Amino acid sequence: MGNITLNQVRKAFGTVEVIPPLDLSIQDGEFVVFVGPSGCGKSTLLRLIAGLEDVSAGTIRIDGQDATELPPAKRGLAMVFQSYALYPHMSVRKNITFPLRMAGIDKAEQERRVADAARVLNLTDYLDRRPGQLSGGQRQRVAIGRAIVREPSAFLFDEPLSNLDAALRVGMRLEISELHKRLKTTMIYVTHDQVEAMTMADKIVVLRAGNIEQVGSPLELYRSPRNRFVAGFIGSPKMNFIEGEAAAKHRAFAIGIRPEHISVSTDAGEWGGTVGVSEHLGSDTFLRVQCEGLGEEPVTVRVSGEMALGYGDRVFLTPDPAHIHQFNEQGLRSE
Amino acid sequence: MATLHSRASARLMLSPAVLLLLAWMIIPLCLTVYFSFLRYNLLMPGEEAFTGWSNYYFFITDPSFKDAIINTLTLLGGVLLITVAGGILFALLLDQPMWGQGIVRIMVIAPFFVMPTVSALVWKNMFMNPVNGVFAHIATGLGLQPYDFLSQIPWASIIWIVSWQWLPFATLILLTALQSLDQEQLEAAEMDGASWFNRFWFIMLPHLSRAITVVILIQTIFLLSVFAEILVTTNGGPGTATTNLTYLIYVQSLLQYDVGAGSAGGVIAIILANIVAIFLMRMIGKNLDA
Ligand SMILES: Nc1ncnc2c1ncn2[C@@H]1O[C@H](COP(=O)(O)OP(=O)(O)OP(=O)(O)O)[C@@H](O)[C@H]1O
Ligand SMILES: [Mg+2]
Repeated sequence: MGNITLNQVRKAFGTVEVIPPLDLSIQDGEFVVFVGPSGCGKSTLLRLIAGLEDVSAGTIRIDGQDATELPPAKRGLAMVFQSYALYPHMSVRKNITFPLRMAGIDKAEQERRVADAARVLNLTDYLDRRPGQLSGGQRQRVAIGRAIVREPSAFLFDEPLSNLDAALRVGMRLEISELHKRLKTTMIYVTHDQVEAMTMADKIVVLRAGNIEQVGSPLELYRSPRNRFVAGFIGSPKMNFIEGEAAAKHRAFAIGIRPEHISVSTDAGEWGGTVGVSEHLGSDTFLRVQCEGLGEEPVTVRVSGEMALGYGDRVFLTPDPAHIHQFNEQGLRSE
Repeated sequence: MATLHSRASARLMLSPAVLLLLAWMIIPLCLTVYFSFLRYNLLMPGEEAFTGWSNYYFFITDPSFKDAIINTLTLLGGVLLITVAGGILFALLLDQPMWGQGIVRIMVIAPFFVMPTVSALVWKNMFMNPVNGVFAHIATGLGLQPYDFLSQIPWASIIWIVSWQWLPFATLILLTALQSLDQEQLEAAEMDGASWFNRFWFIMLPHLSRAITVVILIQTIFLLSVFAEILVTTNGGPGTATTNLTYLIYVQSLLQYDVGAGSAGGVIAIILANIVAIFLMRMIGKNLDA
């Protein structure tokens, strides 16, 4: 229940190839996150799995069965859209009941399942409202409710939180993770927010221009990114990349070092520089240090807690040698 | 525009226009009501006298009156039914991606730009004419007896002609409404297992309800006063088969020179229009809220 396998799946719109042939397998019960920059084909890939777009070539297997030609309704998947796509003229109750009604499930069972979903999602008090009378977070929950009543073999989420404000996003993120723990159903989740990807995923799929750059658990991607793209995409703030002489010292074309793996000192260190803009988050401070001999780009450094350093101060940075990533000319990481 | 001061001055500045419009509406209305109580025949000028309700009495007891009311209402119902159903159908078809979409859309809209007189004459002489009409040619080509539409089923023919004129209007409004439907809603319904018919019934049709209401209300205004199509095709006949209220008023006041009875008919027409309007607003007016 909930295995999804893509085999050499390719998608082109006219002559534009959006997804070159790719392979991917998703195990039952996994929380898989597709991340990548805007326009890289995340939504397209999700819609191919959902059956809302036809593949140009290749096969999609769901639960071991060939689903390539199946219409969306027959695939046993439920989707939550970025715009929620609630039916505006139906009450919340009717919205959530809709898939059950379409499936011809009897009334008593419908009511039981809707009541269950409403309880899980804290929607019981809103069942008789219209979607237009709900807040963004509530609408999101209705959309999820409409998906869970069908008891699908997998959930597909397309950037479900991108219309919510930051605080609500954190809350909903936890709710969705909790839902996954409880239901143990396969979930595929599209986002371009790497924090969501890191916090929610069992497995992250990093996409660039329709290609899968790397697949792995969040920590795998964090610790051993396969190439510069993945290294730069995973982690916040971004990894620092340094080329030229400083990199040659570490026997590489380029080296990457995360802001949290650099130590700061006011009197001695490997690289000297001056502090530029710094961001104080309370728990952490991110310094942007303009270093001599490391090119134009300032190096971002994380220092925990408050730091008595200000604009223009002179500092020395030392990268932690155990966490230096070496990259060759092609951008691939070498061990 | 929210402060007390700006609202007051806005009212002040709007008032001349409002007053002009009010006078424009009220004066003819009052004159009609006034004439309807006079014995006022153009053949006997200078003999106008107050006659009380007798104009109304004669207008209502005229045997043509009942036919006219029935015809007015059947025309309204028939044309609304055909144009709304047909309009939804055309809108669904035109919403499909197809080759030459732009040209097809313009052609579908075209009948709306043809004047009622012209289109009625085209239908009468080029299509329905039992000798020269296209239908007659087709019938004889198939070895059948040509059918004289305008004398056998005159009222149905006129309903058809008027529907043909109004179908583009309904199609246009419904098409734009259909295009404003969020595609993700349809995709969500598809994922939810809704067949095409269910998607139409549960998603598209409710989305169209407001546009359908607008089509019905606007068309009603014009359909209650259909006149030109009757004048150029059947002249209200045979008998009173194609006489509606508007045409009856025309007959009274301009063919029989009885301005008093005509005015009484006008007042009755106003009352009828209001009854229809109240009915419609009761039935479908809630679609316009929110
Ligand atoms: N129907 C379509 N016709 C043609 N090109 C399309 C179509 N849908 C998507 N594309 C193209 O496919 C590429 C991938 O689009 P997609 O929507 O999958 O991106 P995405 O990764 O979801 O981006 P975002 O994060 O902005 O949502 C884009 O370059 C887009 O222009
Ligand atoms: Mg997208």
